[in-house]
Amino acid sequence: MSRRNAILPSRGFGDSFTAFFWRHPKLFLGVLLAPPLLWLGVVYLGSLFALLIQSFYSIDEFSGVVKEEFTLKTYGGLFRPSNFDIIIRTLVMSAAVTLACAVIAFPIAYYAARFARGRWRAVFYLGIMLPLWSSYLVKVYAWKLILAKEGIITWAADAVGGGFVIDAVLSLPGIGGNSLSTSFIGTFIVFVYVWLPFMILPMQASLERVPTSMLEASADLGASRRQVFWTVILPLAMPGVIAGSIFTFSLTMGDYIIPQIIGTSANFIGMAVFQLQGIAGNIPLAAAFAVVPILIMLIYLWLAKKGGAFDAL
Amino acid sequence: MTVAVKFESVSRHFGAVRAVDEVNLSIAEGTFFAMLGPSGSGKTTCLRLISGFEKPTGGTIKIFGQDVSNIPPNRRHVNTVFQDYALFPHMNVRDNVAYGPMVAGVSKAKRYAKADEMLSMVKLDGYGDRKPNQLSGGQRQRVALARSLVNEPKVLLLDEPLGALDLKLREAMQDELKALQQRLGITFVFVTHDQHEALSMADTLAVFNEGKIAQIGSPEEIYGRPYNRFVADFVGSSNVLSPEATKALGGPARWSSLRPEALKIDAANSTINAVVTAVRYLGAGSRVAFKLADSEIAAYIPAGNRIPEVGDAARLSFNVADLHLLDDK
Repeated sequence: MSRRNAILPSRGFGDSFTAFFWRHPKLFLGVLLAPPLLWLGVVYLGSLFALLIQSFYSIDEFSGVVKEEFTLKTYGGLFRPSNFDIIIRTLVMSAAVTLACAVIAFPIAYYAARFARGRWRAVFYLGIMLPLWSSYLVKVYAWKLILAKEGIITWAADAVGGGFVIDAVLSLPGIGGNSLSTSFIGTFIVFVYVWLPFMILPMQASLERVPTSMLEASADLGASRRQVFWTVILPLAMPGVIAGSIFTFSLTMGDYIIPQIIGTSANFIGMAVFQLQGIAGNIPLAAAFAVVPILIMLIYLWLAKKGGAFDAL
Repeated sequence: MTVAVKFESVSRHFGAVRAVDEVNLSIAEGTFFAMLGPSGSGKTTCLRLISGFEKPTGGTIKIFGQDVSNIPPNRRHVNTVFQDYALFPHMNVRDNVAYGPMVAGVSKAKRYAKADEMLSMVKLDGYGDRKPNQLSGGQRQRVALARSLVNEPKVLLLDEPLGALDLKLREAMQDELKALQQRLGITFVFVTHDQHEALSMADTLAVFNEGKIAQIGSPEEIYGRPYNRFVADFVGSSNVLSPEATKALGGPARWSSLRPEALKIDAANSTINAVVTAVRYLGAGSRVAFKLADSEIAAYIPAGNRIPEVGDAARLSFNVADLHLLDDK
């Protein structure tokens, strides 16, 4: 047997490159992380910081010029009844949309995680993702037509003699209106439709990680279906539910297009920010409004953590 | 003798796959019953039929005389120790153990007292506040055991519970499980693919092959007098000899089995000559393989004796009573 070297010859630059990083693993990690960290640090956190700074400035009411002095006056402005209404309205809408999404998404996600196999799995993913492929604006305008007074829903309800149901729903105080497309109910329906995939996917991912033996152990120890759900499935799926609700909640909080196209003329936070930074030129108040969803999300996550939602992680 | 679990020609077919096929089985109350077989032989499906996670496609399952074929798992008075333990990760050890009483509506004080009692039984006093992921594999196994015993089941099902433990721990748990079973007097049904485990723990064991029971009996019967080649092959390291090899050893032209420890070498007055083909050192002895006719035959030589080397010729002898004839044609 011929004698062989224990070390293979280097094949050039690539091999020395590999060797260099093998000897300096931390440097390699640094090279990998530098671009995203720069992006996140400078572009994302930087602009967030700029936003925060702006929200502590105020606007001179006579000249309309931004005064670059730190004050809490702008935040105080959020509590003026007309502004505070906007915050409460957005909060209630976001909570309602999130709750509805969670309730609708759960059976779909559960089916996909537990039972769908092979081809049906592909059908599931296609069904969830397909709506995301078309433009958001197209979908919203399509819904405007569907929900309009002359739209297919009213038409179909009238055709089967169920028009009174829609009339009854629309006559509900507070959330009703002239037609579905000009009421809060319409805004709510479209929000739920548009954000539903963002709830289903993380839910499905977390349900998939719950081993079947866990559900069997629960039933084996005497739990009824309902007890299995409340004591095992839901707690274990909670990280996914929270992840999904972060999406639906924050997307609803920040959206300014859907409530503009569908619903009443009442303002939401997103619309307020849009108007304040554009036409009104009140950047400080716009920034203060924009901080509200961030604060609410932080409080929400803190509560979720305190409630043990991430214990299963 | 009360029958704890009875299978009356029970089948579980998955389409064309006959996972369990017309199985008849009686498990006496208070016994340690092992189901042994290779993977896919139907032993785990049988266990799941008892717990209710599978429904039979034919036949009747009775637990203490009551037909349970249409009773869901949560209403069967049997409990399971799962292969992966299936401890709830979001609950601490005490809540895991107290889960059974909790869903039954037992008050917190009572169920925690019960849970602590069970934890002390499996020697985990003081571990109640830990989370399952803070425990070692052996400790998790004990928690799973405590959790499944808290409801005082009439039958405890164990699905390869020791599979994930290392050898030393596994042997210690085998002794402990056996002692626990004898102390509690509960019927244990234990699924395993490890013949040593089954032989050392069980009072009665059933060997499964392709959805059917190949043989059922005491460990001594299964090991010493296997019915057929499958059982002889699967259980223990017995020599399975072809009709030709059996004839060469002076027996009839039938399939037979011969335990390695029954075979002696270096016998002066033997006419059976064979050549050593392999030697495997096992610590307490050595396994020496010979070529005989068209079969390989192995002898177990305890340490302290002369161990032949590969290529040596040896004269073999054995007691004719030890040559066990098999049913195979």
